[in-house]
Amino acid sequence: MEEYKFAFKQTLPIMFSYIFMGIAFGIMLTGLGYGVFDSLGSGLFIYAGSLQFALIGLLQAHGSVMQAAILSLLINARHIFYGLTFIERFRKMGLKRYYMIFSLTDETYSVLCDLHTPSNLNEDKVMFLIALFNHIYWIIGCIVGAILNGVLPFNLDGIEFSATAFFIIVVMNQWKNNKDHLPAIIGFICGIVCLVIFKADNFLIFALISCVILLSIIKARGENNG
Amino acid sequence: MDSLYIVGIIVVCSLVTLFVRYLPFVYFGNRELPKSMIYLQNALPSAIMVILVIYCLKDVKLGFNLYDLKEIIACLVVIILQLYKRNMYISIVGGTLCYMIILRMI
Repeated sequence: MEEYKFAFKQTLPIMFSYIFMGIAFGIMLTGLGYGVFDSLGSGLFIYAGSLQFALIGLLQAHGSVMQAAILSLLINARHIFYGLTFIERFRKMGLKRYYMIFSLTDETYSVLCDLHTPSNLNEDKVMFLIALFNHIYWIIGCIVGAILNGVLPFNLDGIEFSATAFFIIVVMNQWKNNKDHLPAIIGFICGIVCLVIFKADNFLIFALISCVILLSIIKARGENNG
Repeated sequence: MDSLYIVGIIVVCSLVTLFVRYLPFVYFGNRELPKSMIYLQNALPSAIMVILVIYCLKDVKLGFNLYDLKEIIACLVVIILQLYKRNMYISIVGGTLCYMIILRMI
C-alpha cells in the first residue's frame, strides 16, 4: 500500500532515535531489577520518553505513586499545547482520533507538523500510520533494551542527536513555507528568556505558556488596529 | 510486592499522561473553536518546534573547546547540509555522525 510506504518514509528520521532511546530505557529499567514486561508496559502504555527516563530516578529512590503522578504532570504538561494544533484535524479522523491523541509525542507531533501528503493518498490513514510506526519503534526499543540485560553490544552514544537534527529541519521547512515568521520569532524569544530565568530543568512549560499568551495578545492587538 | 509497585507506577504515569494529552480535546469537545484558537492552531507549530529545538539543546555548556561545542557544530552541519543539499536524510545522518564522532574524540 502506498500509504504504508509514504508513512514509513516520514518516520525514518525518528526511527533510530526512538529505537536506541528505548533500548537505553530498557537497559536502565532492567538494571534496577525490573523485567521485560515492565519495560514493555512502560513503552506501550506510558509512551513518553522524557517521563520514562525521569521515572528511572524515581524508581531508584523508591518514590511513591503520588510522586510519580506529580512527576508525570510536570514533565508532560507540555502536551496540552501539542493538542491545540490538531483539535480540528483529529476531529475528522473518526475512531482513529482516540489513538492519535494518546500517541501525540514530541516526535510524532513534529512529523505531523511537517507533513505534506500527496493528494492521491488518504491523509487520515497516513497520519495514523505515522503515529503507529513511531509507537512501534519505541516499544521495540524498550523490549530489546530489557532483553539485552545491561549489555549493549555496540556503542551508539549520541545517536539521539538525530531527533534534534530532525527538529531543526522542521523549523527550517516551516520558516520557508510560512510567510508569517512572528510565531517562530516569539517562540525563540520565549524559549531563550525562559531558559535563562527558569534554567534547563523547568523552562519548557514556562516557555510554552508565555509563548501562547504573547501570541494571543499580539493577535488581539493586530485585530484592534486593523 | 515489588511487581505490584511497578505496575502501580506504570498505571498512574499512563493515566496522567493520557489526561494531559486528552485535555485540550476534551475541553473543546465538538464545539466550534473561538477565533483566537484558530489563529493559535496555525501559529503554534512554528513556535513550538523552535522551543523544542531549544529544549534539545538546553544542557549545552557554553565553552570554547571542541567537546562543549559539539552540539552547536552538529547543528550547523545540519543547517548547512539542509541549505545546500536539501535532502533531509543527508542532513540528519551528516549532523548525527558529526556529533557522534566529536563525542568520541575525548
